[in-house]
Amino acid sequence: MRKVLLATCLGSIAAFSVGAAVANDELIKMSQNPKDWVQPAGDYANTRYSKLNQITAANVGKLQVAWTFSTGVLRGHEGGPLVIGNMMYVHTPFPNKVYALDLSKDNQIVWKYEPKQDPNVIPVMCCDTVNRGVAYGDGKIFLHQADTTLVALDAKTGKVEWSAKNGDPSKGATGTSAPLVVKDKVLIGISGGEFGVQCHVTAYDIKSGKQAWRAFSSGTDDQLLVDPDKTTDLGKPIGKDSSIKTWQGDQWKIGGGCTWGWLSYDPAVNLVYYGSGNPSTWNPKQRPGDNKWSMTIFARNADDGKAKWVYQMTPHDEWDYDGVNEMILSDQQINGQDRKLLTHFDRNGLGYTLDRITGELLVAEKYDPKVNWTSGVDMNKSSPTYGRPKVLDQYSTEKGGEDKNTKGICPAALGTKDQQPAAYSPDTQLFYVPTNHVCMDYEPFKVSYTAGQPYVGATLSMYPPAGETHMGNFIAWDNKTGKIVWSNKEPFSVWSGALATAGGVVFYGTLEGYLKAVDAKTGKELYKFKTPSGIIGNVNTYEQGGRQYVAVLSGVGGWAGIGLAAGLTDPTDGLGAVGGYAALSNYTALGGTLTVFALPQ
Amino acid sequence: MELLHAPVRLPTNLEDKLLRKFWFAAAAMIFVVSGGISFAEDAVDPAAVKSEDGKYFDKEGNPTFKVGADGTVDWYTYSGYRRYHSECHVCHGPDGMGSTYAPALTNSLKTMSYGDFVSVVASGRKNVSSSQENVMPALGDNPNVACYMDDLYIYLRARAHDAIGRVRPAKKEDKPEAYTQAENSCMGKK
Repeated sequence: MRKVLLATCLGSIAAFSVGAAVANDELIKMSQNPKDWVQPAGDYANTRYSKLNQITAANVGKLQVAWTFSTGVLRGHEGGPLVIGNMMYVHTPFPNKVYALDLSKDNQIVWKYEPKQDPNVIPVMCCDTVNRGVAYGDGKIFLHQADTTLVALDAKTGKVEWSAKNGDPSKGATGTSAPLVVKDKVLIGISGGEFGVQCHVTAYDIKSGKQAWRAFSSGTDDQLLVDPDKTTDLGKPIGKDSSIKTWQGDQWKIGGGCTWGWLSYDPAVNLVYYGSGNPSTWNPKQRPGDNKWSMTIFARNADDGKAKWVYQMTPHDEWDYDGVNEMILSDQQINGQDRKLLTHFDRNGLGYTLDRITGELLVAEKYDPKVNWTSGVDMNKSSPTYGRPKVLDQYSTEKGGEDKNTKGICPAALGTKDQQPAAYSPDTQLFYVPTNHVCMDYEPFKVSYTAGQPYVGATLSMYPPAGETHMGNFIAWDNKTGKIVWSNKEPFSVWSGALATAGGVVFYGTLEGYLKAVDAKTGKELYKFKTPSGIIGNVNTYEQGGRQYVAVLSGVGGWAGIGLAAGLTDPTDGLGAVGGYAALSNYTALGGTLTVFALPQ
Repeated sequence: MELLHAPVRLPTNLEDKLLRKFWFAAAAMIFVVSGGISFAEDAVDPAAVKSEDGKYFDKEGNPTFKVGADGTVDWYTYSGYRRYHSECHVCHGPDGMGSTYAPALTNSLKTMSYGDFVSVVASGRKNVSSSQENVMPALGDNPNVACYMDDLYIYLRARAHDAIGRVRPAKKEDKPEAYTQAENSCMGKK
């Protein structure tokens, strides 16, 4: 009897652990099939690379529009659709519709989901009502709605299987980012850095929606999910109260550090990677200290959320350089040694390469030569300021102080790159990075905090770098040396996620609405097509019925839609030679459309 | 004119004198408008006819801007520029020029009365239909906005009447002493 019980018990334990790993194994297997696009970034490593090679540098010039789909929503369309077998899942900004299309049946709508949300959440979203897409796992589609509801939909029917409330929109917390499914959990961040939200990443049980763990960016050690002795920062233990001792009083409780960017995951070491955003408020004088762990790269255990290592890129932010941009995981050789790398293009204008297992900093270099607030990161391991960027007084809004307008800071608060994700091709070992080429004046002043109200505290004006004729670049970056390999000028910020393919072609979208294809080696433009609206979505690719397709959402908006719609500055004021094309509104108007391309048959 | 009937939300957590004074003024203005005096579509002449402690008023007693021959702007216009680009521009675009999802206030203020402006900023407004979802939040409880309501109005009025161009005004009148006192009291500074 005992034996039987024991056997049953062991059996169920085994079954349980198999069950736990299923979603993970399923996803790893599925993302190895280049015909599908099963994760927001294509794979766990966030490479946005596809092995499909039907479309090549030689034939991409013949690309044609194969089919289109209107989302029925006007505002900014970030992210991109998932493709799983015959099904495509298309999401929209608020009201956060999801459409399931059957690609084998002439793209017929199989189901549609549209949540009922209180429209009062709309103005709480700082920069348009964007959403960066859905995630798949365990037969379900996961959506993070604007009102922070994380909802699990049956992938076959669109039926709601469970939902969980991730934050309080009445306090300024909103949902914009895409979830990531890891093992038996769904991970999701939260937005609200301009409203003084104490932000976090939270894991929910994939079957029930029950919260498994929640890790705050700033807070007590319990809230941070750190071990003061084991969690490291550049190789050293972070120690007790590492966050709260870097804030004045209780300011960490409204400290921001939001987590609205992308999550990536390395199954071999079971670590999840992401970055945290700006400390609240934008007035640095009002929050003395390093404001840890805002502006930080986190490596956390996927099962319990415990942080293995952290690295704060911009201590005591003075410019709103959120650290949320994607972490791209690659296995490459440096000096003849195999390294497991993490590459990150930060808003602050520095491209970082780290060892993703240990958190060791290997490279930190400017990926736009105009970046001027820092003379570089201290790479001397024995220096007391090791790993810190050296801030130049001229561009320090902290040094300038309240009510002083600090001029000519590059990059602008938009960052040299915002959330629009870069791509990595293992074929060229290059990173393809959509960038902003914009500078700013920044004047901080005192603000008071009211729950649910904007908590900004700085006046900004943005403009192209002096004497420049363009506001964006699309670059190829070598993460081993920290150098730009080639750079294409774009009249506007490039606010679209890139796609690299085994066909030697790299794709991206532009704010005027062009889908562009360039040669992965040289950057030479090979194809362009003007879609119905400006592109802030991410390009992806899939194969259906033996044909390779390239898909992108257009629908101008987002932060890029704020300044650029009317033109950043007066074209006659002489700040930049942007001339007649200063205003994006001369090029494009609102409207969400998916445009899908293929070679002629 | 639906907005005029929307109740102005009185701040509960901000009880200093200035704000109360301000709210009475705002409420009175709305009452006047609801009372049937038509502001019509024609904008009131924005010319400043009198001033009090560095603040200018048009002939109907509405706050207004003053731009000198050499381009020097009154303090409120300058302060409004700063506050606008902290609190409002993330939706309404740089220099009041609008964005992909919020109207250009340089146009709106051509016809919008002071009373309407104050009411909309304080109480918010919703314009949600099957084709659009535009929502303006209620900012009456936010001292970073409420304490600078006139500054914002005066700045945007100046922009709407092309009295000042885009970007930061280069020259400004000194910050009036009375303004500093009122600001400190409204923002709860010592």
